[in-house]
Formats: sequence, C-alpha cells, structure tokens
Amino acid sequence: MKITKDEVVYTADLARLDLDEKSINRLAEQIGDILEYVDTLNSVDTEGITPTSHAVFLSNAFREDEVKESIGADKALANAPEKEDGNFIVPKVINS
Amino acid sequence: MKLHELTIHEACGLLNKRDISSQELTRAVLDRIESVEKKVEAYITIDAETAVKQAELADKEISKGNILPLSGIPLSVKDLICTKGLRTTCASRILDNFTPQYDAFVIKKLKKAGAVIVGKTNMDEFAMGSSTENSAVKTTRNPWDLTCIPGGSSGGSAAAVAADMCLGSLGSDTGGSIRQPASHCGVVGMKPTYGRVSRFGLIAFASSLDQIGPLAKDVLDCAMLMNVIAGYDPADSTSVPEAVPDYTSFSNKGLSGTTIGIPKEYNETKGLDPEVSGAVKNAVKVVEALGAKCIEITLPHTKYAVAAYYVIAPSEASSNLARYDGVKYGFRDKEKNSLIDMYRSTRTKGFGAEVQRRIILGTYSLSAGYYDAYYKKASQVRTLIMEDFKNVFKSCDLILSPVTPTPAFKIGDKVDDPLTMYLSDIFTISANLAGIPGISVPCGFSSAGLPIGLQLMGRHFEEKKILTAAYNFEQATDFHKKKPEI
Repeated sequence: MKITKDEVVYTADLARLDLDEKSINRLAEQIGDILEYVDTLNSVDTEGITPTSHAVFLSNAFREDEVKESIGADKALANAPEKEDGNFIVPKVINS
Repeated sequence: MKLHELTIHEACGLLNKRDISSQELTRAVLDRIESVEKKVEAYITIDAETAVKQAELADKEISKGNILPLSGIPLSVKDLICTKGLRTTCASRILDNFTPQYDAFVIKKLKKAGAVIVGKTNMDEFAMGSSTENSAVKTTRNPWDLTCIPGGSSGGSAAAVAADMCLGSLGSDTGGSIRQPASHCGVVGMKPTYGRVSRFGLIAFASSLDQIGPLAKDVLDCAMLMNVIAGYDPADSTSVPEAVPDYTSFSNKGLSGTTIGIPKEYNETKGLDPEVSGAVKNAVKVVEALGAKCIEITLPHTKYAVAAYYVIAPSEASSNLARYDGVKYGFRDKEKNSLIDMYRSTRTKGFGAEVQRRIILGTYSLSAGYYDAYYKKASQVRTLIMEDFKNVFKSCDLILSPVTPTPAFKIGDKVDDPLTMYLSDIFTISANLAGIPGISVPCGFSSAGLPIGLQLMGRHFEEKKILTAAYNFEQATDFHKKKPEI
C-alpha cells in the first residue's frame, strides 16, 4: 500500500477533516491507487529542471499603494454564519 | 421558428431589427427550461424574475438605438462564478447559502454588454469531476441520452446549451471542464489562454490552472462571448495585459497556410474508442480539404500529464479550500462548542467525498517529507510538458486531437473508481498545465447517437487562430446543426 491508514488519518487531521473507519479504509485504497499511478513520474529524468508554478510568464504585478473603495464591513459580514456588532463570532477559544 | 433554438448571432440580428423582443426571447428560454429541466437537471438556481427585468431593460435600450454586443441575450453561468445577490453554491453543501456581495469580472462584462442571466448551472462540486455526479445538488443528464453523463465539471452549462435552455453559457476549465462536457453534449467550448480572462470572482479550485471560458451553440457565438469576457483586469494579478483582438472577424476562406500538428502519442492512447478515433481521422481529411497542411508531431511527455495534474491540482485545491472553516461564510456546524471541533465538523459535513479525497491527496503531496517526491517532481514534469508544446509550435500553428477517449459514459459507470474517471481527462489536461488555449467543436456522432468533439489547441493568446480553424471546419460540416430530441 502506497499510503497507510495512519498516514490518511494524520493527513486528514492536518486538513481538519474527521474520517470514520469506513472512509479511512476507502481513502487509503483509492489514494494508494492514485499515488501508484503518480509514481510513473519517477521514470522522467528531471535533474536540473526548474519547476513551473504558473504557465504564463508574468513578472510581479505591482500597483500603486492607494486607498480605494472596499465592500465595507456590512457586506463582508453578510454571509457570516454568526455575527455580532460588526464581528465574526466563533466558539470560545480561551477558557477564562 | 422556435426562439429558444436561436444562436446568439441569429438572435442579435432579430433583436436589433426589432423583429423579436428580448422579453419574448427570454420568456421562450424560461418556458423551455420549465418544460425540460426535470429531464435534464441543468440548473441549480433559475432567476426568472431578474431575467425578465433585465430583458425589459434591454428592450428599452434597444428601442433607443443603444445596441450592445449581447443586448437582450439570455445566458447561463456555471455556479462557481460570483453573481451579486444571486446564490452561488459551487454545487457544495458548504456554500449552500452563499450569496455573493459582488459580481465577478466576467459577470460585470456580461451585464455591461447587455446580456440577460437566466440562472446558475450545475457542476461537479468545486469543479472536481468529469460527470456532474460529484454535485451535492443533483446529476445533470446528457440531452442526447438521458441515461448518460453530460461530462463535467461544467456539465450543467454544456447540457443547458445543447438543450436550448439558454443561448450560451460561461463555464470554467481546470483540466478539461469546458472542453470535455462540450464534446459530450455536442456544443462548442473554449478554454482561453491562462490569464486571458480574469478569474476575479471565480471561486478557486486550482489557481494556476483555472480559466473561465464560453460554451456556445456554434463557433461564431463562442467568439462573440470571447469578445465580451476577454481582457485585462488589475484585480486579478495573473491577468495578462495583452490586447484583445476582434475574435469574430475570422476569415472563412479555408485553411491554406495553416499547419496542423497531430500528436502521434494520442493515437497510441489506451482506451481510445474506435468511433472517436474514426471521427477525428475524418476531421483531419476535412481540414486537409480546406487547405491545411497536417503533419505528425510528438509530445513525448504528454503521457505524464494526468499524473502531474493529479498532484498539482489537488495540492492547490487543498490550500484554496482551507478558507471554508464555517467562520466567514457558508455552512457551519453549530453544535460544536470548541473552535477546532467546529472547523472539523463543518468541513467534514460540508464537503462531499471527491472534494475530501482531493484535499487529503493534496495535503499529503504538500506535507513534510513528500513535497519533493510529489509536488516538486510534478512541477518539474510540468516544465517538460510546456517545453514539448513550445517545440512543436515551432513547426505547426495548431494541434489537433480528440477531446475525450470515449463518448459520454453511463451515469454511475465510473463513480466508484476515481482513477478511471481521472483518465478520461487525458487529452485535455496538458493544455491547462501549459496554459495554452483549446477548443472543442463537434466532429461526429457515435453509432449510439452520442456527440464526439474535436480538439484544437494553439499557442498562448492565439485563440483567434483556433476559432478561425474551428469556424472553417464547422462551415464545412453539419454536426453542429443536429439537435437532441428530449
């Protein structure tokens, strides 16, 4: 197996996902198959090849640092699952 | 004449002469949606009320002689492009209640050009898939055979265009998500050069690969939509400040002087359906008869494209989708009392199986100890794939290939086998890795009556050359004139 169940659980934890036993088994198998297929890349000699992260050459897209109109707090909060007094509300993080 | 069957250019002609009104046209499209939506399931949201208002406004402007490029034309938009005040879900439970507060760049452009937006089309969740079966809402059906998939991820858009449930549509293409469904539904679909169309307001899947493009009933319509959506946008830092030509002013005088490369690797592809390869071979004869010179070319790294893509795209996705945490927008599991538990539960309940699979695959490829073996290696192979294209474009202007290895498959056939599903993108993925433009144009039908598409790819920013070849091919054939019976 290319990826163990423990690795699936560890990776899911990094990605903030909870998996049940059934999903862990299924994902270990499916991701294992995909990684095995991905291993065909190892037959390519990439010694000294620069990696590409963007396909179209562009140098840094700089702009003037100017204050412009933004959408404002009300609109930014419009889709919040929970909000109060112009703030996003999240479950309590620190115990008092 | 049935109004919903009109192409954009036909409708523009009639609207501008005031032979028809946009209200009549828009109502005809809305009626058509009502009569076939239960069978096709192309839409997630239909906004008849706003569409009728936009049509009224368009009619007023036309009567004043204020005629814009898409005045009064009813279009649809894939449900991952933000529309101000109109729910945008990405076909995901996690964005089920999301209403954008602004329009995407391309939506602003459509509205400025006078278009009417009738609704938002179905897709694979977060554009991850090739069949719309990964939609959390529903599976769209292929108008040519309702038991088959329409392709994906822009399957709702392709099906809506094919079934005359809109005159044209916008989709997005990360690994073939415009071209593959266009091919399966018998419509024209173009993936522009990376950076040609602003991604501002496009909900991100894999940012170095995503590109918005049109799906249309014919090549001229596709070019008309390109004219409206292409262009530089300072709000997208990957948008390229390159002049936009008039894509519709192509010559119809054949293809002499054009050299078309046919990659020998594509014919050797395992699983290439003989009917697809037959239709593509016929297409080669047609372009040769039109005066094009066809030569054999080689893209030696093309066989690694799917493997490289399924490292790069999930890696970028795992990072992009970290923003869905139940805090700023979208679904939140309110039963959890600690922050971390809330994140975990929200994401687990909010994302579907394929999205979770890709997040985990991407997170794994980027994680300590595996980064060099997977992400870096795939990015190096990406460089080699780009160099392959650069080399062949020294000796040819366009590349001709199939779009998909097979015609549309049956709903449910590949749903349990992600790797097989991924391999159906084999002909389209390399264009995204290299950032080059490509089109799917109808080139035949299988014996079962399912459409087959022809892919043409070109150099960066040479969409017009592709559209010209596609237009000449289309005018020499009549595949685009056939309509499905629903």
